[in-house]
Amino acid sequence: MAKNKIQKIKFFERITNPEDRHPIFDQIEKLFKNRTAVAGLIIITLFAFTAIFAPLISPHNPDENSLYDQLKPPVWNEGGSTNNLLGTDDLGRDMLSRLIYGARVSLTLGIVSVGIALVFGSLLGSLAGYYKGWPDNLIMRFMDLILAFPYILLAIVIVAYLGPGLKNAMIAIGIINIPRFARIIRASVMEEYEKDYVTAARAVGAHNRRIIFNAIFPNCLSPIIVQASLGFGEAILSGAGLSFLGLGAQPPLSEWGAMIAQGRSMILRAWWVMTFPGIAILFAVLGFNLLGDGLRDALDPRLRD
Amino acid sequence: MIGFILRRILVVIPTLLGVSIIIFLMLAITPGDPAELLLGERATKESLDAMREYLGLQKPLYVQYGLFLKRVAQFDLGETIWTRQKVSVEIMERFPATIELTLAAMIISSFLGIILGIISATKQYSWFDYASMLGSLFGVSMPVFWLGLVLMLIFALNLGWFPMSGRLGVDIDLTTITNLFVLDSVLTRNWEALRSALMHLTLPAIALSTIPLAIVARMTRSSMLEVLRQDYIKTARAKGLSEFKIVLKHALRNGLIPVVTVVGLQFGILLGGAILTETVFAWPGVGKWLYDGVVKRDYMVIQGGCLLVATIFVFVNLIVDVLYAIINPRISVK
Repeated sequence: MAKNKIQKIKFFERITNPEDRHPIFDQIEKLFKNRTAVAGLIIITLFAFTAIFAPLISPHNPDENSLYDQLKPPVWNEGGSTNNLLGTDDLGRDMLSRLIYGARVSLTLGIVSVGIALVFGSLLGSLAGYYKGWPDNLIMRFMDLILAFPYILLAIVIVAYLGPGLKNAMIAIGIINIPRFARIIRASVMEEYEKDYVTAARAVGAHNRRIIFNAIFPNCLSPIIVQASLGFGEAILSGAGLSFLGLGAQPPLSEWGAMIAQGRSMILRAWWVMTFPGIAILFAVLGFNLLGDGLRDALDPRLRD
Repeated sequence: MIGFILRRILVVIPTLLGVSIIIFLMLAITPGDPAELLLGERATKESLDAMREYLGLQKPLYVQYGLFLKRVAQFDLGETIWTRQKVSVEIMERFPATIELTLAAMIISSFLGIILGIISATKQYSWFDYASMLGSLFGVSMPVFWLGLVLMLIFALNLGWFPMSGRLGVDIDLTTITNLFVLDSVLTRNWEALRSALMHLTLPAIALSTIPLAIVARMTRSSMLEVLRQDYIKTARAKGLSEFKIVLKHALRNGLIPVVTVVGLQFGILLGGAILTETVFAWPGVGKWLYDGVVKRDYMVIQGGCLLVATIFVFVNLIVDVLYAIINPRISVK
């Protein structure tokens, strides 16, 4: 008991004692003092919560058609009912439930495509930054080539060739984001490479893989985290764009971009079908942009305005 | 500096070759017979054989690529599956519409973005600053196609201030010279057509300009903030110059240097965004044409459209870099 208590006190001291505590606590503290970041975190938490617990919180089955309840307006409009708070679409499906399930698709899309970009971007970027010379030239010129296409165009083209569908949309968005991560990581690896601890690691005989992944990489995390947050928002936007064009999620899956496309044909009769999914996208993306901005301020003071 | 510019121009050649390789390979690795993909399902056996011969499908891949490159160099991009028209002709017909829309969006976004950025920087932490920066955060978080639809719903369908879609009213005659309708109507002094063209242009241009507007405003703000902290600005203040003069004559010159790059890079975002915006507003440009090509799986259209857009993008980036070197001589020394 007593020992446990001492350990607890020691841990507490380590957090509060400015000389002894790990720098990560400073950064977390800074992050929570940053109002932008906290606002972003709150939105993202809500978004993730909605996505994960969708079956528990959604009032209806998102795919359940109801022929008697077609195009019912939201509750505050004339003819609306509390049964469908945000109204129904042309098949009588509950808008609120579809929006809640749509969060799942967007969250998955963000995780998968940012994951692809992060893994391949980190790998290519650290190889280029560490070995320099021809591997650097080869990798970065290839990255430049991907960047030679306007952002969404390349995603559209990749999906056009792979075939439409959510999976291919995620792959395409992942691919077009690889160069952004690669560039950032290459720059930080090059910067870290010059530092003494890398020389020290080499002097004790650590092999390259160990130096890159155990020594350098953890020190390059800040810009990666910032880019991951900003990239997440952008991935949701591009994914919605692809689905809006009919290249991403396919009906009847509830996906926000596809719902906007569906609402487009009845824009005059039922404004709510296309309006609400757009607001959902706007806030989800805003959350990640706020967090990204806040993280940049907290983790990387050099980049501050 | 001339050395830097020449080197930068030379880089364009391998980049364009790389772009062409990617576009060529995409068709080659797509499952299925390329000839069938290009001609569609209803193609006859003779035309398929002719297409195989034309693409050199029985030859090795690098020879096929050589043939592809040769055709591209002769501006022969093939025929579309659906209209059986030359791809190059279809592109030339639609390209001015896209240019008109993109330029309009670029003018709106750089003009407003720079003004907003300057005011925010000079009044840092004021309500205006907070409001415009929050606004620009919303701007970059908004789906363009959705904003387009919302604008259409409010200003075209409900208020009836603007037309819903298209480039020109159906009852209006316009002699086309450049196919940029705004320019053409000014050249032919057709004021009715000018009004109609501008009214049609407004909503899509506003929708398309939001993201670049937000980015330009943020960039201008942070760059101006940095410049305003410099010593030479303090000197100007000490001399007793008016704040107006300091900001517009002294600070702006240096503050706008990074903004030039950002404005240039927006062009790529605009070209990409044009695909979505043109689709929403039925704007008869390359973006909508490309989208229709994707939906109909018309690979000739996809190939030609991509090649065109990527090539323009590469050249725009070149121009931006060269301009940047000219206005900021420090860069070419590095």
